[in-house]
Amino acid sequence: MSGIQKLGVALFCIALVIFTGLLGWNDFKLTEESLYTTSDTHKKALIAEAKSAGVLDKNYNNNISFIKDVKQVIKAAQTNLQNQYNENPPSDVSEWEYKIGDWEVKNILTPTIKSSGHGWVSKNPLTAFLLTFGLAILGGFLFIIPKFFKSPGIKNDGIYHSSLTRGLKFGQRLFLLVFTIIGTLIYGFKYMGGNYFWPLVTAIVIGIILFLVFNYQKEKNLQPARSASSEFTGWLGIFAGIYMIVFYVILYWNSEYLTNWITMVDPISLSLSGNEASQWFLYGLLYTIIVFVMGIRMISKYRHNKYQIVRTCSVIFFQTAFAFILPEILVRLNYPYFDFKNIWPLNYTFFFDWNINSLIESGGLGIFMLVWGIILIILGVPIITYFFGKRWYCSWVCGCGGLAETMGDPFRQLSDKSVRAWKFERWIIHGVLAFAIIMTAMVLYHFFTGNSRVLFFDSNNIRTWYGFIIGAGFSGIVGTGFYPLMGNRTWCRFGCPLAAYLGLVQKYKSRFRITTNGGQCISCGNCSTYCEMGIDVRHYAQRGQDIVRSSCVGCGVCSAVCPRGVLRLENASGDISDRAEELRTIHITEDQIGIL
Amino acid sequence: MNIIIIGNGISGITAARWIRKLSDHKITVISSESDYFYSRTALMYIYMGHMREVDTQPYEPNFWSKNRIELVKKHIKEIRSESKSLVASDGTEITYDRLILALGSKSNKFGWPGQDLKAVGGLYHLQDLERMEQYSSGLNRAVIAGGGLIGIEMAEMFRSRNIPVTMLVREKSYWDNALPSEESQMISRHIKKHHIDLRLEKNLGEIIDDGTGTAHAVTVKETGEKIDCGFVGLTAGVSPNIGWLKDTEIETNRGILVNEYLQTNIKDVYAIGDCAEMKNPSPGRRPVEAIWYTGRMMGETVAHNICGSKTKYDPGIWFNSAKFLDIEYQVYGTVLSKPLAEHKSLYWEHEDGEKSIRIVYDENTNEVIGFNLMGIRFRHEVCEKWIAEKTQLEQVLQDLSLANFDPEFYEQYEGSLVKIYNSNTGKNLSLKKKRKLDQVLKFLRS
Ligand SMILES: Cc1cc2nc3c(=O)[nH]c(=O)nc-3n(C[C@H](O)[C@H](O)[C@H](O)COP(=O)(O)OP(=O)(O)OC[C@H]3O[C@@H](n4cnc5c(N)ncnc54)[C@H](O)[C@@H]3O)c2cc1C
Ligand code: SF4
Ligand code: SF4
Repeated sequence: MSGIQKLGVALFCIALVIFTGLLGWNDFKLTEESLYTTSDTHKKALIAEAKSAGVLDKNYNNNISFIKDVKQVIKAAQTNLQNQYNENPPSDVSEWEYKIGDWEVKNILTPTIKSSGHGWVSKNPLTAFLLTFGLAILGGFLFIIPKFFKSPGIKNDGIYHSSLTRGLKFGQRLFLLVFTIIGTLIYGFKYMGGNYFWPLVTAIVIGIILFLVFNYQKEKNLQPARSASSEFTGWLGIFAGIYMIVFYVILYWNSEYLTNWITMVDPISLSLSGNEASQWFLYGLLYTIIVFVMGIRMISKYRHNKYQIVRTCSVIFFQTAFAFILPEILVRLNYPYFDFKNIWPLNYTFFFDWNINSLIESGGLGIFMLVWGIILIILGVPIITYFFGKRWYCSWVCGCGGLAETMGDPFRQLSDKSVRAWKFERWIIHGVLAFAIIMTAMVLYHFFTGNSRVLFFDSNNIRTWYGFIIGAGFSGIVGTGFYPLMGNRTWCRFGCPLAAYLGLVQKYKSRFRITTNGGQCISCGNCSTYCEMGIDVRHYAQRGQDIVRSSCVGCGVCSAVCPRGVLRLENASGDISDRAEELRTIHITEDQIGIL
Repeated sequence: MNIIIIGNGISGITAARWIRKLSDHKITVISSESDYFYSRTALMYIYMGHMREVDTQPYEPNFWSKNRIELVKKHIKEIRSESKSLVASDGTEITYDRLILALGSKSNKFGWPGQDLKAVGGLYHLQDLERMEQYSSGLNRAVIAGGGLIGIEMAEMFRSRNIPVTMLVREKSYWDNALPSEESQMISRHIKKHHIDLRLEKNLGEIIDDGTGTAHAVTVKETGEKIDCGFVGLTAGVSPNIGWLKDTEIETNRGILVNEYLQTNIKDVYAIGDCAEMKNPSPGRRPVEAIWYTGRMMGETVAHNICGSKTKYDPGIWFNSAKFLDIEYQVYGTVLSKPLAEHKSLYWEHEDGEKSIRIVYDENTNEVIGFNLMGIRFRHEVCEKWIAEKTQLEQVLQDLSLANFDPEFYEQYEGSLVKIYNSNTGKNLSLKKKRKLDQVLKFLRS
């Protein structure tokens, strides 16, 4: 590492410390203005409650006690309104307008906390932004730019020596995984308001999958599979993983603690959409910046490989333009927030009533968005995947894929290549696809019939649970938080229902495959190691077999890292089934052998 | 039938896999180096931190039990062919019905003074890697004697940890006994660009002891110059690892002598891979070819022979590949460093000096006989077919894009070769085919 690079790392660390420290560093005061709600009834009740509790106009210098008090105020107001409604129901407003629903608490809490802030961050959002985001970006570039001056070529030196990227011992990895799953289920029980049905169903499904893999597919009695674990644990990796996991838990479920960060990005949000920032804006901005900066790093690393350069530019472009800026502009123009490249079932809210209604209500463009989304699902996916394989989406367009290919690149080697992992993968990802389809079918049934119940399932419950366990838990916490623990495509490989759909098309009806170069493979294993989808590429390459796998996202890294030029991504229909068959293994002249 | 294979390298393991495919015989693989088959060619990547040792193992541990291939970690020190048995260094006796010797190679040592000191060694076994690792921290300099494929890998390994490297190379230019001169010079330039101190036409004189039995400097034979270093790499080639067979009845020369069915002079004993020496090699081929691909082909061939279908070893058209630091290298067919009089070549080199294409053809017949590529990937099957079918140079030139195997979006340089040909001959050829897999497959089937 050169001096400039060390400076970059130092600046980045400083920025990270400030960023984290900023969370608690602001003054808060709840005032009549800062109390945010769209309902007058609620506002009155809340103010009355705040006054009697002595919280109104009181100064707080940290957010923990402030949030605690405000939460109590809201809770008390909620109970009050409830009691009042029960005692003498008003005639002019309906019950759900009068009461504060549980789901509304969050919508009151985070904006209220945010606008109650009046300390240094609230007064100097731009300075705070520069000290955190700005400094981190600067540090990042100081670290990355010198890489452009080294000679181009594969630079994987020291990946397995680095504490950040070498992975974890098996026990620790297992512990973190089990802990996260159980923790999420318990939290989910609370999240569902004490309704244990769906957490229980999920636990049973997990049990069934374990049974299917270990007993039915006979993984238990065999010797251990190839381990994806490291001999020495990378503690920096654990730290990074836990930091991200905690970040997601707060972002999804406790965003009131993030208000300082949100305040910091207000000026940017205002200039884009004209609205104040929300936690989702913060997340989108952070995401886009990371994809951009780490995208430049990706280009520096693979700059000898044009495919990687073009592809990385593509993910940066789609994230910045389609996922981040365009939706904000749509909002500014009073159109619904819409990401044109986010396809159901990855975009699981697409068929939710509020989304359909808001699209229909916003006229021509809204209808176009609705039709566009449906066309992508039923025509776009199969047709484009037929010609180019699932890579057109997964490693060129998708936002999750974009993050995995940029920020996730240093962790791609941590994917598990064992056959056992592959078995898990197939059960889980197709399970999630089935779950997404059932959930959406019920939501649509509800939408068209007005009846929320099918048998004894409730469509609102199932969709809340889907959003919790798949939308937030799997794709966020495990999907990104587990980069340093289980590789950068954990979500894409095991969880994404759209990837499952694209994968089925790729496997059964696509021209895409990876061809291998005759007998040139030396079985070195670079391709398998750096395949983020955990495909044992070498298994095929050393037999001269073409690779047709539903999970391959066509990132092209196997081909880039192969030291012998063995792999090439291709789109062509000829011979695809023959060449993917096992018998292309013969390297000695065939006509010499009589039988086979 | 009870088949014993000594050596779990590519040749021994390929034999085991194919015997399992073809039969139900009992298979035991004995080896003393590692528990599981790993890819020797990937040794460097372990040291450089690209992979862990398990990543270099092409099969999962449970593959062996699933396929009923028994693995035994023992060192064999004696063969008793009359009683068809082996003796291991721990004294156990193991009997066989068929024996396959797949013993591999060992690094050459040419009697340099000090060659057995500590911090001196080659790069072949896992144990060599341990030695390099042991002396790497705080290493002031490594001197590497010998400039072949393994030497440059060792240099790259040390450079990946920013350890200064001096390479003593006997030849005028890097590996010029195998590469044509332009390519050899290209690699020499590339080596220097990577800040490796490349000393051409220099030999190792002696290795100097620091008093504790450890190397601390070497002298250069030609100049007497002393170079301080904490590690000396000996990479002047490899030779068959058959020392312990020298006094047995098994006939050996450089390697274990085998006929075209890979049989040794002793009944039911076969030899394959690096350790085998062909009594009658195919025309143009060397008797010992210590490379990965030939080991694999021999493994396949011997399996057919043992399982009842007599198959001659036929290595087909020569091919090989390597990577010199950042430059990939592929060769198909006959490309000699000192070409025969009738061998002419058409050579194009990119202006960056790190990519080139060479097509070798016979001046009298205009048949294409070889391809040599630097920094560019060509398709094995296509080149092989052109050479096997004795295709005319002009035909190959016009169809050259079929051979291109570079990743998508890469610039294609086939046109440059055609241009050179046109300006040499005054003809007006042009590229007729595109790099499309469908066209390639059609060509391969034709
Ligand atoms: C660093 C390096 C890079 C290379 N790169 C390339 C390349 O890029 N391309 C290429 O084509 N080739 C390459 N080679 C050469 C290639 O690796 C060898 O040709 C190939 O591995 C030989 O395989 P084998 O099965 O014949 O023997 P080996 O792989 O050597 O296997 C023989 C095994 O038998 C064991 N053994 C020997 N004697 C006994 C005994 N008496 N008892 C028990 N066990 C015994 C040995 O310990 C060894 O493990 C490279 C070699 C090295 C060292
Ligand atoms: S097989 Fe290759 S292209 Fe496909 S996902 Fe793995 S590394 Fe990427
Ligand atoms: S395909 Fe390339 S990277 Fe993969 S094992 Fe073979 S030589 Fe190594």
